[in-house]
Amino acid sequence: MSDIAKSTPKISDNGAFGVSGTGDTSGYGGLVLKGVQVGSSERPFGSYFDEVVDDLERAYPSFSDAIEKVVVDRGELTLHVKSSRLLEVSLILRDELKFEMCMGVSGAHYPSETGRELHALYPLLSLTRNQRIRLEVSVPESNPHIPSLVEIWAANNWQERETYDMFGIIFDNHPGLTRIMMPDDWPGHPQRKDYPLGGIPVEYKGATIPPPNERRSYR
Amino acid sequence: MTTFNTSNQNTDPYASVRETTEGRVYSVTGGDWDDLVTEIGATQEERVVVNMGPQHPSTHGVLRLILELEGETVTEVRCGIGYLHTGIEKNIEYRNWTQGVTFVTRMDYLAPFFNEAAYCLAVEKLLGITDQIPERASIIRVMLMEFNRISSHLVALGTGALELGALSPMIFAFRERELILNVYEMITGLRMNSAYIRPGGVAMDLPEDSIPKLREIVKELRTNLKDTEKLLVGNTIWMKRTVGVAYLDLPGCISLGVTGPVLRSTGLPWDLRKTQPYCGYENYDFDVVTADSCDVYGRFLIRIYEMEQSLRIIEQALDKLKPGPVMVADKKIAWPAQLALSGDGLGNSLDHIREIMGSSMESLIHHFKLVTEGFRVPAGQAYATVESPRGELGAQVISDGGTKPYRVHFRDPSFNNLQATSAMCEGSLIADVVAAVASIDPVMGGVDR
Repeated sequence: MSDIAKSTPKISDNGAFGVSGTGDTSGYGGLVLKGVQVGSSERPFGSYFDEVVDDLERAYPSFSDAIEKVVVDRGELTLHVKSSRLLEVSLILRDELKFEMCMGVSGAHYPSETGRELHALYPLLSLTRNQRIRLEVSVPESNPHIPSLVEIWAANNWQERETYDMFGIIFDNHPGLTRIMMPDDWPGHPQRKDYPLGGIPVEYKGATIPPPNERRSYR
Repeated sequence: MTTFNTSNQNTDPYASVRETTEGRVYSVTGGDWDDLVTEIGATQEERVVVNMGPQHPSTHGVLRLILELEGETVTEVRCGIGYLHTGIEKNIEYRNWTQGVTFVTRMDYLAPFFNEAAYCLAVEKLLGITDQIPERASIIRVMLMEFNRISSHLVALGTGALELGALSPMIFAFRERELILNVYEMITGLRMNSAYIRPGGVAMDLPEDSIPKLREIVKELRTNLKDTEKLLVGNTIWMKRTVGVAYLDLPGCISLGVTGPVLRSTGLPWDLRKTQPYCGYENYDFDVVTADSCDVYGRFLIRIYEMEQSLRIIEQALDKLKPGPVMVADKKIAWPAQLALSGDGLGNSLDHIREIMGSSMESLIHHFKLVTEGFRVPAGQAYATVESPRGELGAQVISDGGTKPYRVHFRDPSFNNLQATSAMCEGSLIADVVAAVASIDPVMGGVDR
């Protein structure tokens, strides 16, 4: 983690601009945030989701070992896959279940989920079935390694570089895992929740202006 | 006027030569290619690296292309991106859900309504109000998106032709685009970045007597778009620059995740408006335009004929429009949409101000709470897609149950499609690289976000 990120309090603990609590500006909302993760779903999943899960179970014998949970929420199917099994599952999804396209990968950072802080989300699309599913992989911040899917879906090349750049997830065996948006020598991974918004001092004509999160308090 | 210096001590600030461990590197930032060719010809090396951009007129904004050349043949192309990274996805996390629209509209700046629509569809999915969006709001969304598709394709065609040396199509294309920008101004108050589509509907209803004006503009576009078409379709010089250039077939597109006109140029009629309809696209009669040539000319034809289809959709939308609400009924979600378009643009309606300041304290409290704090979105994640002019635009939105997005990621088609540059260009001539990039039509605001 960068020095910048270390020196400032975790935004996830304090809210935007150092606000403590819920960010409920009125004070009457009584909002308590309990995290984002939705629990595992029970059969029948509804829609085409039963069919997809059935097909995957048939094509992939160690389904129960590799898939941590199946979540159906908001009309979307999410398969939580162990990162060690991601390559196998992906290959079967592409070749047997005809999910030919991976629409990229995006990261998410949940500092409150100890041991599974960093998540990678892969939306898959099947042109043959005209269906979508999502794969979700979670890894600890201390050892953020996920196998690269570039060999399976070449489209993930830049997408994985972006996720590495923004979240610091290391995609093993990626052909060239370098930063893509930020400069090559940039410290830290900006989209992590403990990375402050605009935490970089601005220097203009010799005068240094503190980063926005330190300029004024919104408390 | 600076001239291209052929000595090693190059003084031209816009095009320089320097020695690196990779060999001699030429930076090209505009100017005359002939001068560069002369200079390269003077060296004894076969392999040269040309650094094209990020400030180059034919790279569609701030795209940097690193070209390895053997003579005039391109052996390797690498793209350097990130010059327009503005941290929009990070910034959204510090604003409420409605304010998010003003950020996402600035991503792909040639297709602002698509960004807004994708984001709002995802937020509505999270809120579980997809079915409650009033029909009039959906029709207005569709109409604006189709106008936007035409204006975006016009820029793609105009600048694409310009980059290949044809000036006149650009003049026609921008003339027509002006008509469409006037439509945006009439409806939203702004010519770009309008933040008009909001979670729950649209910011305000169409202005009175806009329908006849819109019909007039559609009629005018129908005639005028023919000018661009006539200049280029079947034009021998244009075809010599585009037919068979930047070939990318169906397996290539699927593997590289390429969508939009580039995918349809392989003959696959994959258009999310047909295959996975949203905003009521299933109720419109239109055709998915395809080509089977997998080349720049095919992609160009698709854009030309898609504009006609968009006009068809707009006409049907205008017929469907019936009076009604343009925001969900739930007042806990509906941003007080009592906005009005006046001489100086979109602003608060004076009637509404009079009510909240003068007669109803409860309205004032409600307005204040909703505007400062925003509404809450139940925890969870959603992925919503729209068919933008460049392909599948996906919004991956995560909520933690609060008044601000927990994480918003845009799967921008430009970003993904730009990866195909290497596959399209390697082995071709250097002049074809420009044609290939133009046919992908990347918008750097969307690529870098």
